Formats: sequence, structure tokens, C-alpha cells
Amino acid sequence: MSETAGRNAIDVRGVRKVFGSGDGQVTALETVSVSIRENEFFTLLGPSGCGKTTLLRLIAGFEFPTDGRIMLHGEDIALLPPFRRPVNTVFQSYALFPHMTVAENISFGLEMLGKGRAEIDGRTAEMLKLVQMEELARRKTSEISGGQQQRVALARALAPQPKVLLLDEPLSALDYKLRKEMQIELKQLQHETGITFIFVTHDQEEALTMSDRIAVMSAGRILQIGTPHDIYEHPAERFVAGFIGETNFLDAEVVATAADRATVRLPSGKQIAAGVPEGFEPGARVSLAIRPERAQMAPEDGDGALRGVVENIVYLGTDTHFHLRLDGGDMFIVRQQNSSGSGGSFAVGDRAGIILGDDAAQILKD
Amino acid sequence: MASAQEVARQIERRDIRNRWLLSAPALLIIFVAAIGPLFVMVAYSFMAKGDYGDVRFGEFSLDGWFSVLFWRDIFDDTIGFADAHLSILWRSIRLSFITTALTLVFGFPTAYFIATRPPHTREVWVFLITIPFWTNLLIRTFAMQEVVRNEGILNSVMIWSGIIDQPVQIMYTDAAILFGMVYVYLPLMVLPLYASMEKLDFRLIEAGYDLYATRARVLWRIIIPLVRPGVIAGSILVFIPSLGAYVIPRVLGGGKNMMLGNLIELQFGAGRNWPLGAAMSITVMLIVMLALLVYVRNATRSGVQHG
Repeated sequence: MSETAGRNAIDVRGVRKVFGSGDGQVTALETVSVSIRENEFFTLLGPSGCGKTTLLRLIAGFEFPTDGRIMLHGEDIALLPPFRRPVNTVFQSYALFPHMTVAENISFGLEMLGKGRAEIDGRTAEMLKLVQMEELARRKTSEISGGQQQRVALARALAPQPKVLLLDEPLSALDYKLRKEMQIELKQLQHETGITFIFVTHDQEEALTMSDRIAVMSAGRILQIGTPHDIYEHPAERFVAGFIGETNFLDAEVVATAADRATVRLPSGKQIAAGVPEGFEPGARVSLAIRPERAQMAPEDGDGALRGVVENIVYLGTDTHFHLRLDGGDMFIVRQQNSSGSGGSFAVGDRAGIILGDDAAQILKD
Repeated sequence: MASAQEVARQIERRDIRNRWLLSAPALLIIFVAAIGPLFVMVAYSFMAKGDYGDVRFGEFSLDGWFSVLFWRDIFDDTIGFADAHLSILWRSIRLSFITTALTLVFGFPTAYFIATRPPHTREVWVFLITIPFWTNLLIRTFAMQEVVRNEGILNSVMIWSGIIDQPVQIMYTDAAILFGMVYVYLPLMVLPLYASMEKLDFRLIEAGYDLYATRARVLWRIIIPLVRPGVIAGSILVFIPSLGAYVIPRVLGGGKNMMLGNLIELQFGAGRNWPLGAAMSITVMLIVMLALLVYVRNATRSGVQHG
């Protein structure tokens, strides 16, 4: 335990958080453990009310855990007040001080740390340059745009050189184009500064594009921790598969297992290969998750694993979505790239087959 | 046919007339209720005093203004400073300052406490703060007398708990006046403070903590600059009536510890010197206006500079 603590920036160990008491008691966080590595872009992803912001606030020190420990580089900080933690936060609302200028906001943390004037001025200038706000340094924070406020908030939190930077949905107030730009900028900034970022979001696309690793949360629990690829391609639970990207769910029965692959039998009788987590024996009834882009349209009389009727066709520019009613009655979505030219042309009402590749299906544990 | 220009001019004339008509009630109140009496005061201050009070109309005299600061010996006509007036002026200003400072010290945490309660509980607290207003000021002042007099609650408790063994003379001292004024004017400080604290974004306080500011520094660098309008409003609301307090020094201060309100009342009553009373009133008003001007200008400027 102690040697892993050195490599981790943050170790959350068995942390639970209960708000209120008696009948009004609400458990915001069930017992949660997670290790966040140094220099990692780590994302807490989940719907609102899943406990992701509570976990962030516990690390920041705005709340104290009911149980458990929070280690920063091996030192327990769970009960320290926020002003004694080398951790800074970028708030969702930015929370810039309205009575100070941009430069005063950025230098505030350094001043509070008791740094010398020369160091404060130097570092503030450096931060202003980093976020390209040099010309607006003397403006009041109410006189700059939302995107600029976002940058000031970022510069203010980075100026004291925290060990860990916490970001609480910082992009949610920006419009789509600006959000896309800031995603790239944030990722670059994290790379340049080498600071561990813990990023909270409910936007799965944001999480997939920016993160080194993602923890998917729901109802106060962490369901799965992994790289964006892991989370997307091998969702462990139905919630994860459903929350991130579009997914088709099918019932199936395990026929045989070998290492991390299994053969499953679909209700239609066809057998296909599927990824499988540990702990599944042949004969088990399971749910399969199949990404729409891993399925392919095929003629009905081909060797498709599934068959159904095309009910709806949605043209999306780069892709086309085929919504099929399977013979068993379930809906199934197939996403086809328009450039591929394969799959032939289908019209609403046509019968069609669906081909599933070898790594298309993933068995869910639930 | 009227040209476009003429029509425009007509519309403009009608607009101006409507504007005057609509603001007439407000103007009437301002002139009759505020500026009118003030004009009477100014006029009276420049007239000679009547033998049994009132003034001698039309008889111009600067005696009233002269007597505000100076005093003429009735036997040899030597002129000296009116020490009594100056000491009362000084006491009034001093007590009003201390009252303002004390209400700020007690009112600030109170307002902060209320502003940090859940929304529906806040209303209950604000309601509680306003309850004293339901009782007449005179009655509340006599109740205060019951607290501070020698056999009163305060002395009894202190003797009972062994802090003192003889009653402390509080009644008829400046301390009694302060007790009374702080008690009576505290709500006037709490309410404006609460109004600006309620608007305070408490995430800014979290941001302060997050950026290594201790509790004291969050208070000085973030909370106080942001609620400065409330501090200014509260201070003004407490300072002005304190300076003009009449009932409280009369009941709790006795005849010896007069404040300006009592001194002015004296001129219109037993003193039978209405011009002096009028001149004093205007003097006090000018002092207050000047003080406010300086205070508000300073307070807002430093707010802009660094907060």
C-alpha cells in the first residue's frame, strides 16, 4: 500500500458521505475507493446527483467525509480545511471575485500563500500569458465574456501551482464551439503544466475526448474505472453501456467461455462471440451490449446473426442510422458510415439481416 | 395641414406637460413636507427671539447663529465660547460614533447568521429582528431603564454571580445612553447588512478558502468588500438618528448627560430661544450632510480601488 501511495496523486479510500441526520439523511456517496495517478487527466463522469461533485468537494475540502480517508501523495488530508490543501478548484460558476480585476483575481492565491511581491507579479504575468489574457489584466471580471472568465478562473486556480487541479463542470456554461476549443486547450494545459487534473462532467463526449482515465458514477457509487477505450468498448455494467454512447441490449445465454471471450447463443438460435468479464459460467442468462457501429446491415438471406424489419432510417451526414424491429420484438440500431458503400440500400419496411463482428458484443455484469 | 416638425413639437410639448402632471404629487410632498419646514427653520434662525418663545416676525437678527458657538456675559458683555454647547456637540458625535461601531460589531455576525440560514428560516429571523419596532420607543427606553438601574436586572445578576458586590452606577451615565441606543438602533444596522449579505454569492467564500485564505482573510478580503453597500447604509441609518436622539438620553442620561436633541428641545421649550434652536438644528444637519458626503465618498472609492 505504501509504495503505491507515492505514485498516486490522490488516494480515496473507503470514503462515504452522508448529509443530514435522522429521517432527512441522504447518502451522497456510498463507500468509494479510487486512486488517481500523478499527472493524469482523470474524469468523474455521471448524471446529476450521482455523487461526482460531492467526491470533488471532499477532495477540495469543502465537505468532510463521514467515513474513510483521502490521501494526497500519501498524506491524509481528509480533515484539513481547504486553505491547508495544495489543491485548487475551477468552479462551475467560475466564482471570480467581482470586486477585483483579472490580475488581482489571479494573484489572490499567491498573496494568501505569503509570496513576495516580485514572485506574485512574475507568476501572475506568466499565468496571464498562459491563458492569453494579458491585455485584459486590468479589467473587472464583470467586464469580460464567459469564455474569458473561464480562462481567468483557470489561471487563478493554476497560479499557486497546486498538486492537483479540480474542475467542476467548467465548460458547461460555454456554447458548443467554445466548449470544443476549450476541451483541446484544457488538455494541452494539463500536458504543459504536468499537474494532475480531476475533471467532473456529465457530458460523455467531453469525458471521452479529454480523459486519460474515466470513473463512471451512478447513485453514489463508482461503477467502472478505465481508459476511454475500455469504458466505451468494454462497459462492465448496463448503466455504463447505456450512459456512454448509444447501445443495443440483447438477452443471450452463455454457451462456452475461454479466457476473456465467450460464445453466446442468441434467442434466434445463432451463436456469436462476445467479450466477457470474469465470473460467467456456461448456461448463464446474460445481457449483451452491442454498439450500433459494430453491427452491419446485410441482405435477409445472408449470414446475419439477427433479422428484422427496417422501421426508420435517419440520415446524419457522415452516418445513417437504421432502426430495426427484430423478430423477437426488440428494437436494434445499426449505424452505417455513408462512405463505406457496403450493406446495399434499404428502405423502410424492408426485411434485413444484421451481421455482428467477432468483437461486437460485450457481456454485462448486472 | 401641420408639418411633421410641428406635429413632433406638439407631441413633445404634450409629453413635457404630462411629465409635470404625473410628478406633481411627489413634488408637492417633497415641497410641503420636506423643503417647506426646512425653509421655516432657516427663516426663524435669522429672526429675533420673542420674550416667551416664538420669534419676532420680520425682525432680522444674527443672535441665534451667534449663540450656537458663542456666549455673551449678561453683566459685562464679554464674549466667550459656549462650552456647554460644544461639549454636548462633542458628546453627541462621540456617542453616535460608538453606537454605530457597536451596532456594526453586533449586527455583522447577526446578519451573517441570518443570511446563512435556509431561505424559509431566514424570514423567521428577520421577523424576530423587527419585533422591537412594535413597541413604542419610550416604553422600550423605560424597559431599558429597568435593566440598567442600580437595582435593575444587570446589577442584580452581576451581584448574584459575585462579579461585583456593590451596584455599579450605569443609570444617568453615557454608558446607559449607549446601552439604550445600541439596543434601539441595532435592527437598523442588521436589516441593510442582511439585505446585502443575502445577495452575497457564498461560492466566492469557498473560492477564497480554496485559494489559501484563512477565515479572517476571507472576512476582510472577500466578505466585507462585497457587503460594503450594506455597511454604508447601516452606518448611515444608525448614525443619523443617534446624533438626533432625544428620548433615550432624556430617560437614560438624565438632565446632566444631554445630547443635541435635548439641547435643541431645550431652546424651543424652557430656553425660549427659538432662533437658537433653529440655528442649532441647521448646524447639526450641515454637519451630518458633510460627514455623510466624506464617508460615502471614501467608502465607495476604496471599494473601487482594491476592495
